[in-house]
Amino acid sequence: MIFFKLLFMTCLLLLPVSGLAADDSYGYPIPGPYESTIMGTPASLKPQFPEHMRTRRLVLNVFPDRKKPQVFFYDEGLLCTLAFQKQKAPLVFLIGGAGATNQSPRLVTMMKSLYHAGFHVITLPSPTLANFIISASQSRVPGDLTDDSADLYRVMETAWQQVKGDIEVSEFLLGGYSLGASQAAFIAKLDEERRVFNFRRVLMINPPVSLYSSATRIEELLKQIPGGAKKQGIFFNRMFSKFSRFYRYGNFVAIDEDFIYSIYTEKLFTSSETAGLIGLSYRIGLAGMIFSSDVMTNSGYVVPKNRVLSSSDSIFDYFLVSTHLSFYDYFNEYFYPYFQKQRPGLTKQALIDSQSLRSIEGYLKSSTKFGMMTNEDDFILTKAELEYLRQLFGERAKFYPRGGHLGNLEFKDNQAYMVDFFRMGSTP
Amino acid sequence: MNITSHYRRGFALTAMILSLSLGGCAASMVNNPEEVAAMHSINEFKDQRFAEVEDPWEGFNRSMYRFNFYFDKYLFLPVVSSYEFITPTFVQQRISGVYNNLGEVRNLTNSLFQLKGMDSLTTLGRFVTNSTLGLAGMFDPATSFGLERRNEDFGKTLNYWGADSGPYLVLPIFGPSSVRDASGLAVDSGISYGIYTAINPFGNTGNSFVYDTLVTGMGTVDARHQKSFRYYESGYPFEYYMVRFIYHEQREIEAGMPLPAN
Repeated sequence: MIFFKLLFMTCLLLLPVSGLAADDSYGYPIPGPYESTIMGTPASLKPQFPEHMRTRRLVLNVFPDRKKPQVFFYDEGLLCTLAFQKQKAPLVFLIGGAGATNQSPRLVTMMKSLYHAGFHVITLPSPTLANFIISASQSRVPGDLTDDSADLYRVMETAWQQVKGDIEVSEFLLGGYSLGASQAAFIAKLDEERRVFNFRRVLMINPPVSLYSSATRIEELLKQIPGGAKKQGIFFNRMFSKFSRFYRYGNFVAIDEDFIYSIYTEKLFTSSETAGLIGLSYRIGLAGMIFSSDVMTNSGYVVPKNRVLSSSDSIFDYFLVSTHLSFYDYFNEYFYPYFQKQRPGLTKQALIDSQSLRSIEGYLKSSTKFGMMTNEDDFILTKAELEYLRQLFGERAKFYPRGGHLGNLEFKDNQAYMVDFFRMGSTP
Repeated sequence: MNITSHYRRGFALTAMILSLSLGGCAASMVNNPEEVAAMHSINEFKDQRFAEVEDPWEGFNRSMYRFNFYFDKYLFLPVVSSYEFITPTFVQQRISGVYNNLGEVRNLTNSLFQLKGMDSLTTLGRFVTNSTLGLAGMFDPATSFGLERRNEDFGKTLNYWGADSGPYLVLPIFGPSSVRDASGLAVDSGISYGIYTAINPFGNTGNSFVYDTLVTGMGTVDARHQKSFRYYESGYPFEYYMVRFIYHEQREIEAGMPLPAN
């Protein structure tokens, strides 16, 4: 999602919005799950904070002996951000969704909300991000909830070692959104054995129930592209010329909030085009994960085996090839064979089942430390999965009527709910 | 510390950055095991290429991109963060305002070059308002009067008169550009320099060289301070291409002339 944000999203965050709200008490204004996912929350509806925040950039050397390939010469360690209080306070670890960096806009908003409510915060990148695969993944093959959560746990320990001399911490908390929410659940479970942090509360925001099923939902968005995902290049180019023609007809001054706002109000993109764009930005993110994992493992998946790429070699063809690989390609041709080699006899179905909250549902059902927030129109969930979350978390769940996938995460009510959740003492 | 040792350190640093950024090219002449074709390659690709920009000098550009990363890391950003550390936010904003106001001169000349009457008037109005009421640009009352900023530069002027963007070019320190925009940058800098020399604001102080250097240096630091972009910070292995595409696309869109509605 990162780069579409640059053109479609970053500037629109200042949007003035009025008169869009539906007739219920929930103030998040954008109807339509795809639209809200792309538009996010208008700046005026995010919580407002003073600019000042005490932060430090953490560069973690998780595997000191690891040699990094030349093409990743810039990777000097895992990048995380610490926001810290001068006095003793609880520390919240936050994990982003697929492809998120430690500075992803949503994580930054969450960090600000919590920092200004008196918490220390450490934001962690997603295990699907190249930086994580290169610097912090043991297997270098991302996507397995158990492995990735163990990696994240190691990262949290390393980060804690690095900062514990400088800040005073009263207790530990954990939160994550999207893929990061599922990982938070697995980390919490691991922590019950390891007991390094003893998380008091764990918040899951817009979690997928099953990674395989949610990836399927997103892959389905790409079917709305004429000719399907194999023709996404044509679609991409067509969408961009539409975007640029719209600008030139419209007498706009710059690609700014007014421009983006009118893209929305004038309905420049149809609903299925919006869906296609979400699917495509997901593919662009996935491509980065596939490429970096392939280079790190020298598997010969998209880069010829044993090829040494230098920092000035063109890698554009790998970009084109990787963006045309689906989640299923990755799963069947790369991910499953890797785990099959590790665990002979492992079936595909067993691997799929292990990438689901259902595999730890006993724990999730019984532990009072969990909270879960999601939206009734989150398109990464089926109706049945939404119902499953309702059953699983019962009183501990919060459902919003709209917001799509993460669209309302930065909305001030949602942020207030999050802060309250972490503030509250253990659920009785 | 005296000036000479300071200068020497700066020189050593630049040399180190250069060797770091160019060093990668010579390495890895060792014998590697034989290559085996990948499972998926460009040969199976049956789609339109996308997010592509004319970039015949990609090797050079990627090296420059790398140079800028090291330059930022070892010199530029440490200076900028020291500046941010010692200067209160309020003062930083006033300083940015002053330099942005000086930038209106570039906006004005280029609006004129493109025969944009209304925009030129708006920009002139902004400059006059903010220079006086806004105390030399420290504040921006013009925007609240409805005079919105119109960013223009000689690259856009060249585009207006029919020049194509030409190949993508990563400039040292300045970053992403194109042949057209790089020429534009040279012309804009020339014009600013010409105006500055003609006015010669510190001519009577007897110390004009020091002041001039201070003004330029401060402007450079402020410009970097205003840009949040950090090389390789996205953690995305294809960042170079995304930056290239977005830079190119945004310039093409913003410099493009409005089409007649039909």
